[in-house]
Amino acid sequence: MVNTLFNHNAVDEVSSFRDTYVKAYRLMLMARILDDKFASLYRMGKIHGGVFLGRGQEALSVSVGIALRKGDIFAPLIRDGAGRLAFGEPILDAVRTYLGSLLGPMRARDGNIHRGRPKEGLLAMISHLGAMISVVNGALLAHRLKGISGTVGAACIGDGATSTGAVHEALNQAAVEKLPLVLIIADNHYAYSTPTERQFACRSLLDRAVGYGIEGQSVDGTELSACLKVVGEAVSRARAGGGPQMVVARLLRLCGHGEHDDASYIDPKLKQSSVGRDCLKVAEEHLLHENWSDTPTLAAWRSEAVQTVEEAVAKVQREPGPDPYKEDWCALASKHLSEGHGQRCIE
Amino acid sequence: MSITYLDAIREAQARALAEDPRVFIYGQDVGAFGGAFKATKNLAQRFPGRVIDSPISEDAMLGLAIGAAIQGMRPIIEMQFADFSTPAFNQIVNHAATLHWRTGVPCPITVRLPSGGTSGSGPFHSQSMEAIYAHYPGLIVMTPATVEDAYSMLLEAVAIDDPVIFCEHKYLYYHLKAEQLPAEAMPTGKARIARPGRDMTLVAYSAMVHEALAVAEELALDGAELEVVDLRSVKPLDTDTVMASVARTGRLLCVGEAWPWGGVTAEVIARVASEGFDLLDAPPQRLNAKDTPVPYHPNLWAVHRPTARSIAAAARRLLQL
Repeated sequence: MVNTLFNHNAVDEVSSFRDTYVKAYRLMLMARILDDKFASLYRMGKIHGGVFLGRGQEALSVSVGIALRKGDIFAPLIRDGAGRLAFGEPILDAVRTYLGSLLGPMRARDGNIHRGRPKEGLLAMISHLGAMISVVNGALLAHRLKGISGTVGAACIGDGATSTGAVHEALNQAAVEKLPLVLIIADNHYAYSTPTERQFACRSLLDRAVGYGIEGQSVDGTELSACLKVVGEAVSRARAGGGPQMVVARLLRLCGHGEHDDASYIDPKLKQSSVGRDCLKVAEEHLLHENWSDTPTLAAWRSEAVQTVEEAVAKVQREPGPDPYKEDWCALASKHLSEGHGQRCIE
Repeated sequence: MSITYLDAIREAQARALAEDPRVFIYGQDVGAFGGAFKATKNLAQRFPGRVIDSPISEDAMLGLAIGAAIQGMRPIIEMQFADFSTPAFNQIVNHAATLHWRTGVPCPITVRLPSGGTSGSGPFHSQSMEAIYAHYPGLIVMTPATVEDAYSMLLEAVAIDDPVIFCEHKYLYYHLKAEQLPAEAMPTGKARIARPGRDMTLVAYSAMVHEALAVAEELALDGAELEVVDLRSVKPLDTDTVMASVARTGRLLCVGEAWPWGGVTAEVIARVASEGFDLLDAPPQRLNAKDTPVPYHPNLWAVHRPTARSIAAAARRLLQL
């Protein structure tokens, strides 16, 4: 009886993990195709401002989004297209923000990856690195004050951001308050062009966790299985009251900092090493190896994703951009206190 | 019974906590200790769990406030001194101030800045930061000069759906007293004629209002009637009241404790000069602190910032007395 139960659970667990894996892979694929489309639109001159891709970081990113639930808080950074989709951000939000549609969540006032829906737990990053972590702390503290339990907040940063004072202050704050914060550090070996040896001198960023009195785990960021497991467990520990968690993933960004950057500074040896593997291809191989999918199915998923992205872009390209003469040019919610109240740009 | 400016700040916070479950206070030593200036004395005991000690992390204090505000709370952040808001500058001006404009989500945070000089406080415990914050779109900057305004404007700050920089003057904490807390108040954005007069408009805010009133008293002995305008908030700045006063008097002297470059006095004069040049009978004047860090020694400090003596001299020059 015990054996049967055990086996039954094992089968369930495998099939549940397979379902999660397939779901994660398809979100990664969607994020990659969306990124490729943005890169192509950028080269065509159809996007104003920068384009920042998550190529090579999708496995880690999607694992964060998948581990979170409705009611949780997510502060993605610039390479978290996959995590955003997994958390529930509509593709249209991304496309509208990149193309400057008035109908997007930022109404063309802010662009590219500076987008979110704060009321739905998806924070809209500012450009200053490390700044979002204490904001996640605040949302979690608010939940505590309001008597909401069981929620988690995740923030994503890169190796470069770990050098900021903001990260230190926020991690220490989360530790002092024992908040259910999960900090995901994508150590992609370069902060823009600066290699990690010019960024920090500790052996591993993971060593810092103990200094804050929090738990930390490392993970191979090119392996979707490992990312789902390690990130998922970190989120579960935080949710169960285990306090702040740190996850450090080793991976490589397979693109420039932005699409303006040819990334010529990346060491070719790193690209050839296991850390330079493309997580999407690794996941595809795993799906085939485990017989969780087959080549025709993979191709069908891809064309489905391409179609979704193409439809979104076609739709948004027909949408209106912002009209400076219809802007209220008021930064305040309390419009009656605005000094420029009623002052239009034509004046 | 008399109530000090500091009592008013504490009572306003107590009332906000009592009336609105969304309010909480976060800052260094604000809990059981009651704050460096005792502005939160006994509040942690009266409102358990809602007056929270923070680590010495100004950036994270503000970040936390933003996150809580997004979740519908109304945090009051106590900076131990206005000077120490600079480590939080990024979160204030780049995050809190931009949030509503970018996302449509309001950011109702009150940041209390114990501001201005007191004797012996030196370069890092004396600063007046109002001009820096007023420069950025998306912030309200209040500079109450009276016990009544300290109380009513702090309550209003908590109720406003935008981040408010509340510059409370440390010099007024214990010196300034009133008989009772006000039952009603002027709204933010309206300047107050602190003393009517017809010969010259003396614009001031925060502690300088009291120096200005002393000067008006003094010059009245010489037969000059100075009109003292208390700006109350420097953003929004009530240009209409200032302009109407200048229309009556034809002369303008603007006084601020902050440094001279840019700033509130420069802004007032720029507005009057550009919009009301023809109202002026003499070039508009301003008086600020000297362009150095705030000195420690009382002999130096007494000359560093405007005082009734230096303001009176400037007023006499303007009036050609």
